[in-house]
Amino acid sequence: MSREVLSASDVRRALTRIAHEIVERNQGLEGVVLVGLQRGGVWIADALAALLAEIDPAHPVPVGTLDVSFHRDDVGLRPIVPGSVTDIPVSLGGCTVVLTDDVLYTGRTVRAALEAMNEYGRPRAVQLAVVVDRGHRELPIRPDFVGKNLPTSSEEQVSATSDGVVIR
Amino acid sequence: MKHLLSIADLSPTEIHSLLELTDHMVEINHRPIPKVPALRGKNVVSLFFEDSTRTRTSFDTAAKRLSADTMNFAVSSSSVNKGESLRDTVETIAAMGVDAFVIRHKSSGAPQMITRWTNASIVNAGDGWHQHPTQALLDSYTIRTGLNRRDGFDGLHIAIVGDIKHSRVARSDVQAFTALGARVTLVAPPTLLPPSIALLGGHDWPVDVSYDLDAVLPDVDVLYLLRVQRERMDDALLPSLEEYSAMYGLDARRAARLAPHALVMHPGPMNRGVEMVVDPAELPGSAILNQVTNGVAVRMAVLFTLLGSGSDLRGDA
Repeated sequence: MSREVLSASDVRRALTRIAHEIVERNQGLEGVVLVGLQRGGVWIADALAALLAEIDPAHPVPVGTLDVSFHRDDVGLRPIVPGSVTDIPVSLGGCTVVLTDDVLYTGRTVRAALEAMNEYGRPRAVQLAVVVDRGHRELPIRPDFVGKNLPTSSEEQVSATSDGVVIR
Repeated sequence: MKHLLSIADLSPTEIHSLLELTDHMVEINHRPIPKVPALRGKNVVSLFFEDSTRTRTSFDTAAKRLSADTMNFAVSSSSVNKGESLRDTVETIAAMGVDAFVIRHKSSGAPQMITRWTNASIVNAGDGWHQHPTQALLDSYTIRTGLNRRDGFDGLHIAIVGDIKHSRVARSDVQAFTALGARVTLVAPPTLLPPSIALLGGHDWPVDVSYDLDAVLPDVDVLYLLRVQRERMDDALLPSLEEYSAMYGLDARRAARLAPHALVMHPGPMNRGVEMVVDPAELPGSAILNQVTNGVAVRMAVLFTLLGSGSDLRGDA
């Protein structure tokens, strides 16, 4: 049993809105860096970078990827299949980092990301953009930009790709 | 994966997984602060019954970069000198709470034996003439990155030169390189080859054998020189080091006949003037220091796989 909650064009519209919100919140794109969390957040960082380039072509936004496998608090409790290697092309010191991920759930991945990011400098601010916030937080973490708030049960699985958002 | 005892225990998929994980460790090692908290609270004990500097420090560095606690057990200052048995030594240390033992022993099979006496993970860091699996993994990783062969070694020709018979490095390397798809040629005088090549691990290895380095030289992508152990002179397996060097040493004349892209590798410690006549710093294809650097990253990948990933990297599939 799977049910589509957002279609591909819904996701597209949500990301377009988030791109405008990022510009609005930061009063432009000066010093903004997008960092996609491996593996589900990488396509979102790429998509937002393309949308931001349409809004403000004068400020191209650097895009990085972050693998948090070695910073998780559940190392040893579950199999870890790292995505691609971390690639942060610029120093994050003084930047405004927008972390992107597909689904915000317990918040533990974001916690690990905040710790993993320390290695690359001290950002001026860190913001969080997600396609879906499904609730069930286990840590005091909240998103800054949300595609859709989606009440779920913890038995369900949520996947968010550019083809749409599906609950299983 | 619970233990790493032999390359023969690994499927090609598992070897690839470890090498892919090593990419992540290399990235960590390039950071300004090359340390992650992945193995916090794990205790890794080095138990070396044989001399070693690079392997021991490499494992030690690897464990520390993953935030594990490390303990070094120096046999020379231990109760082994009072006649304590291997089993009692292992059980005593294990009782202190150990998650992994890194073991080097002069007897083939000692690490396998120790798996029966403790619940800790065992990493073989060299046992007799048998195996040195992390050396084979770091050599494979060095070739994978040095020749940009991420998907495997199909079509590569690797020559391993020297004392094949007594070399755990050669045994492990042959298994890893052929598992990844390379063609391997063993080059050595007949006295330094195993009586039957089939003895290498008891299988029929797809290796070629040559007594003539000069004939093989122009065709290889990787020239892997083994250390000539001086004690072999006493066993009358070699007439003299000078003669070995003339037949099998890498001198300037031979280096000039290597393909321009070819890598030159050596597991260390090097005998300058014997197997390595040229200064390796002057060899464009020398990957010897890369091997040492990659050794730390590969051992991080091994320790993380055994202690950190909860179960097999790719599940049981």
